[in-house]
Parts: sequence; C-alpha cells; structure tokens
Amino acid sequence: MFSVRIQEAPFDAAAEAARLAQGRTDVGGIVTFTGLCRADAGADGMGLAALTLEHYPGMAEEEIERHVAEARARWPLLGAIVVHRHGRLVPGDPIVFVATASAHRAAAFAAAEFLMDWLKTSAPFWKKEERADGADAGGWVEAKASDDAAADRWARD
Amino acid sequence: MKILYFAWLRERVGLAEEEVAPPAEVATVADLARWLAGRDEAHAYAFENAAVVRAALDRRHVKPDASLAGVREVAFFPPMTGG
Repeated sequence: MFSVRIQEAPFDAAAEAARLAQGRTDVGGIVTFTGLCRADAGADGMGLAALTLEHYPGMAEEEIERHVAEARARWPLLGAIVVHRHGRLVPGDPIVFVATASAHRAAAFAAAEFLMDWLKTSAPFWKKEERADGADAGGWVEAKASDDAAADRWARD
Repeated sequence: MKILYFAWLRERVGLAEEEVAPPAEVATVADLARWLAGRDEAHAYAFENAAVVRAALDRRHVKPDASLAGVREVAFFPPMTGG
C-alpha cells in the first residue's frame, strides 16, 4: 500500500499506520512521523494563534509521489503513506503524517526521514502565521537553511 | 500560457493565476520573470527580489535557465515551508 493524500480534514495517525500491515504478515516494522502545529513564540515573543497552509493542488501530490518513488528505489519498502493537510490549523493540530513499512527497521526509519526531509523543502506548501496578539506582520514563514541542509544529505552523485 | 502565483507572490501580484502571451524572445523562466516584472507595479513588486523566487514548469521544479518551449503551466512561488 503506497498512498499520498493532500486534505483539509484531520487524519487518524493510528488508523493510517494500521493500514500498512492490514491483511499481510511480511511487514516487520512500521515507522510513523506526525508533524504538529506548534505554539512557540515567534521573533516578537508573541505566541502563534494559527497557521494557514497554502498548497499547489496537483503538483503537491505529484511532487510527494516522485519522492515516494525514489524512496522505493532506494530502500526495500513494503508500504508508505503520506498525508499533508492544508487550510487553517491551530496549535496542537496534526499537519503532516509519514509512515513507512518494511521487513526490517533500518529501511523504514531511513525512508521516513528521507520523505520528511524532502517534504519540508520541495513539496509546494507555504505556511502563513497568525499571531496570538492579532498582529499581522505579513505572516509568511521563511524557509530555513537547516531544512535545505537536511534534504541535501540525501543527494546522490 | 497559464501563470500561477502562490503565497506572497500571489498577494503581491494580486492574482492567483493569469493567462499571458509573452513575445518569442522570452525563452526561459528567468526571461519570463523579467518580462512579467515589467508589466506593472504589482508584478514588479512580486519579482523585485527575483533570486529568491522559485518556479515550476508543468508542475515540476526547474531552474531559472529552464526553457519554456512547449510549456503550458508556469508557477512562481517562494521557497517552500511545508511539512
């Protein structure tokens, strides 16, 4: 089971992960990652009230599917599920889910990290912040060099 | 060709998408960004720091020197912040 979904609705991480082993006995390990909307203070010290995620419909799915295909070429995966939400999310809400299944743990761990690193830097999503004090300073989250570096680790010559 | 804008590029241009017919000498993504920037103040503002603007041709990431030949959909957007 390989699946990529972009949706506004919440997801059930446990139910998603369970689908990877449903009806089969060759899966030896499932790694899951759930990314949440975090309420930490911004540069101005004020907390985050909400995030709005904009995406490029069509390309978002295709770009993630290209990375799932690359993960399958690099590791012996038995399944992978990626769910990425869009729309307005508040602190504590789940944003993104990645699960990978393999016969042995190493491939599942590596592929999950690979998929998350590429999601951060190449899936066409953009976050806009609303501050708790109601201020709107333009609001678009800036990309981080540390995320580019994380994705670059996987580059192959 | 169809041009799509996302995030702050969309806000600055004031449009999510538009249909344009650039002249033949507009051959690459960088040429198109320069040509669009020359259309009006809103486009000029969107592309004022062209080095940070990313592009996709027919839903695939490309570099500024990518050719527009045969392309139907061009998207311009800031560096991505998903995940």
